[in-house]
Amino acid sequence: MRLSEHSYRTVSCIRGPLLFVENVIAARIGEVVRIEGPEGLVLDGEVLRIENDTVLIQVFGETRGLDIDRTRIVFSDSIKQVPVSEECLGRIFDGSFRPLDGDPPFYATKTEPVVSRAINPVARARPEQFIETGIAAIDALNTLVKGQKLPIFSCAGLPSKELAADILRHSGLLGSKSFAVVFVALGLTSREYTYYLETIESLHKPFVAIVNLADRPVVERLLAPRVGLTIAEYLAFEKGLDVLVLVSDMVNYCDALREVSTAREELPGRRGYPGYMYSDLASLYERAGRIKGREGSVTMLPVVTMPEDDITHPIPDLTGYITEGQIVLSRELYARGIYPPIDVLPSLSRLMQQGIGAGQTRDDHRRVADRLYRNYARGREVRKLEAIVGRDGLPEKEVGLLDFSSAFERQFIHQGEQRRSVVESLDVGLRLLDELKGDSDAPSDPDQPDSA
Amino acid sequence: MKGTIVAISGVTVTVAIDGLKLYDRVRVGERRLVGEVVRLEPGRAIVQVYEEARGLAVGEPVESGGKPLSVQLGPGLLGTMFDGLQRPLQVLYDQAGAFIGSGYEPPALAAETRWPFTPLRQVGDQLEAGEAVGYVEEGAFRHVIPTPAAGTLERIEAGEFGVDDVIAHLDSGIDIHLAHHWPVRQQRPSRQKLAPKRPLVTGQRCLDFLFPMVKGGAAIFPGGFGTGKTVLEQSIAKYADVDIVVYVGCGERGNEMAEMLDEFVDLEDPYRGGRLLERTIVLANTSNMPVAAREASIYTAIAMAEYYRDMGYDVLLLADSISRWAEALREISSSLEEMPGEEGYPTYLGSRLSAFLERAGVVETADGRTGSLSMVLAVSPPGGDFTEPVTQCCLRVSGAFYMLDAELAHSRHFPAINWSQSYSLYERVTGPAFDAEIDENWSRLRERCRKILQQDGELREVAEIVGQEGLQDEDQLVLLVAENLRQRLLCQNAYSEDAFCPPEKTLSICRQIIDDFDAITARLEAGEALNIVLAEGDHALE
Repeated sequence: MRLSEHSYRTVSCIRGPLLFVENVIAARIGEVVRIEGPEGLVLDGEVLRIENDTVLIQVFGETRGLDIDRTRIVFSDSIKQVPVSEECLGRIFDGSFRPLDGDPPFYATKTEPVVSRAINPVARARPEQFIETGIAAIDALNTLVKGQKLPIFSCAGLPSKELAADILRHSGLLGSKSFAVVFVALGLTSREYTYYLETIESLHKPFVAIVNLADRPVVERLLAPRVGLTIAEYLAFEKGLDVLVLVSDMVNYCDALREVSTAREELPGRRGYPGYMYSDLASLYERAGRIKGREGSVTMLPVVTMPEDDITHPIPDLTGYITEGQIVLSRELYARGIYPPIDVLPSLSRLMQQGIGAGQTRDDHRRVADRLYRNYARGREVRKLEAIVGRDGLPEKEVGLLDFSSAFERQFIHQGEQRRSVVESLDVGLRLLDELKGDSDAPSDPDQPDSA
Repeated sequence: MKGTIVAISGVTVTVAIDGLKLYDRVRVGERRLVGEVVRLEPGRAIVQVYEEARGLAVGEPVESGGKPLSVQLGPGLLGTMFDGLQRPLQVLYDQAGAFIGSGYEPPALAAETRWPFTPLRQVGDQLEAGEAVGYVEEGAFRHVIPTPAAGTLERIEAGEFGVDDVIAHLDSGIDIHLAHHWPVRQQRPSRQKLAPKRPLVTGQRCLDFLFPMVKGGAAIFPGGFGTGKTVLEQSIAKYADVDIVVYVGCGERGNEMAEMLDEFVDLEDPYRGGRLLERTIVLANTSNMPVAAREASIYTAIAMAEYYRDMGYDVLLLADSISRWAEALREISSSLEEMPGEEGYPTYLGSRLSAFLERAGVVETADGRTGSLSMVLAVSPPGGDFTEPVTQCCLRVSGAFYMLDAELAHSRHFPAINWSQSYSLYERVTGPAFDAEIDENWSRLRERCRKILQQDGELREVAEIVGQEGLQDEDQLVLLVAENLRQRLLCQNAYSEDAFCPPEKTLSICRQIIDDFDAITARLEAGEALNIVLAEGDHALE
């Protein structure tokens, strides 16, 4: 066994972000290495595979400029750790957790492994506290709760970052003292990044930003969300903060995963993404949650821009299988000037039931939400019919549904940048339902349970 | 046997070692991680590590007792939550804290618990392997203790025992313990398979009435995300009329498992009182727990399920979802650099799945009892596309197919079971049984109901062109009745009192709708107009 660092100059091959080193004694899988290239170039790397004394290393950074003869590899004998401390609040780091804001490094209270162990299911507290986002389509119909992971499925060109920013701005968590944002920027353009950062800074609330912009190395893109989540877990489960982790954009993460997987010559799965992408994504998303007997929570809002607007694309598909629902944006609504353009029909919050009702929002929440949803769904059906037979060809009842669904979009979903409390949202919904004549679902007996 | 690690790739470790058998359990590295031999080469074994392998170094020791990966079977399994390797999660939590650590190996059953044992046989009795020697009371269940081998009883005593204690002794020198170990991948033997005959009531109207399940059957329900697989799976776990439920959360969400545990502690067993958890064994291998253990988890689960089946109980195994198991298989296969088949899955996916599903059935146990093992498996097809390999492989061997429909889910029709695409091959068996036990009209009404739903599908296509007003009165009536069947019979709210519906009530709902249908049809035939008949309100149609 080795006791300390040791180094080698036995690089045999460099391929994209991968490096082969030979004659290494007792390397560890997942071990952190330092790569010292010619001309003072220093990079981090991680041991991916060991075959006898040959070691395959994944380099976090740009491998341009490395050579075979002079590059020195220093093995650290430890796996990747993140130094954590409350002092990292208010700071901006790159994907490898080096300060980007020009301030000196902070003193770490402790270090935590970057790849977290899974939360024991019996240790999990079920997510059940309502988070008011100030957005009617979310609060009233797709309620977010603490410890949930709820992705925003967007299409290229839709205002997903504006919506994410609104959620941050309006979020009811803002009232609480113990609230922090961890923002992970993955492959964003500097324009998008600046927008997010301005929003976060304007909150005047504690935040940590982990930034890997579009021109930064892809391998670092795989590390950045793990660094962010490790800090989030520390702040939540040891410091008792309610942490909202905003990750944008997961598509860039998955593409980086594919790129590295291909470089490793692994078998490609659907659309070239590796077969283990489900487990890999789960290792990120599943870090959201609450733990019994501890204050604090990790709530995740990943942004997924669906390639080709296709919800069955592997990235949104696998994401949807892991997360507890999804908020889906619609190009059609956006074109009609509805903001936020949330299509409530394919949107869903699986944990809604735990966050609503008397004591959390209002006792009639479920009933109102169901009636709104059902009538809107029918209205949308009728709209298809209208395209064939025309408005005049429709029976009176269906015309009513048609009008309801337009009013629902314009008055309920559309709210511009205004914040709306959940009570106001429900009231708007009730008013629209009152205007809808002959709503067959209106329960005659208010105590009768509605079907979900 | 001892060896050393020579190569590591992810969780696949190559070890220089001799004398191991395939599927032997090994301890890997200084942290003594659990692993299983998946391939043997001269002087080397390829080992799948079932825990987080990060930090493992070449040169670390590997040890094996030459025994296969096994599960512990005995009293105390019920009401416990395990991970994929049968480690009790509560004990793991007490030992390692909120996050699952590696290298811990608490026994599945607490050694300290004392169980009052009552012998059923006497000294001198001849026993066949698998015959009961006595029993303990495990909650509401009589938990019989089988002998692992044939022989003559030399000693047996009543008293309080722990799971590791010897309760009896055979002349062949074999000790019978209260609990025993069984190889995870080995099927438990039975005398013979019997034909499934009795319906398995799920309490879900749509399933019980239209697509019935049978005790000893295997059903699958594939559905894209958001179609309500987990809610349906858990509803069945709550209300199925079986004795024991084994629930495997295979590669799914941690929060869901936490929620389910909370609920099962609170809910009452609808058939025998007591807590629901007391008839349930939960296996949780969430999506972020080690992938290789996910592959093993369904075998761990079925070994426990078969154990209770062998006591003569009706056992139901629920897995959510089998696709995640298949993906784990794919990951392991690709790390072994095997030739991939369709969509990267190994070519043995089909045979493994068939072999697994075939373990469902009604059996005459080694002890002469009749027990059944039923399976209801959720499938998560990528992109909601049912032509993918896992769904297709399952379809070949399952007897019932419940297709979860994204369209229905979007219109909040839950359970989102598509009534025109789903099927059950068990109808022929369950029809006569329901006719005899519930009501003689069961099968007849069921046929009527199906016919109306089918007509409805056709008529709606016509209505899209000519508009609903353009249809004749008889056809409009069919649309109205079908709407009532959908809303009142097929929809069921899993979060209300309605979550469980006994078959009697299912039938009465259907009968009421069909009676109204017949009454109004008769008046239409007599020349009355539909809108006038409906306006009179002499019916319950909505």
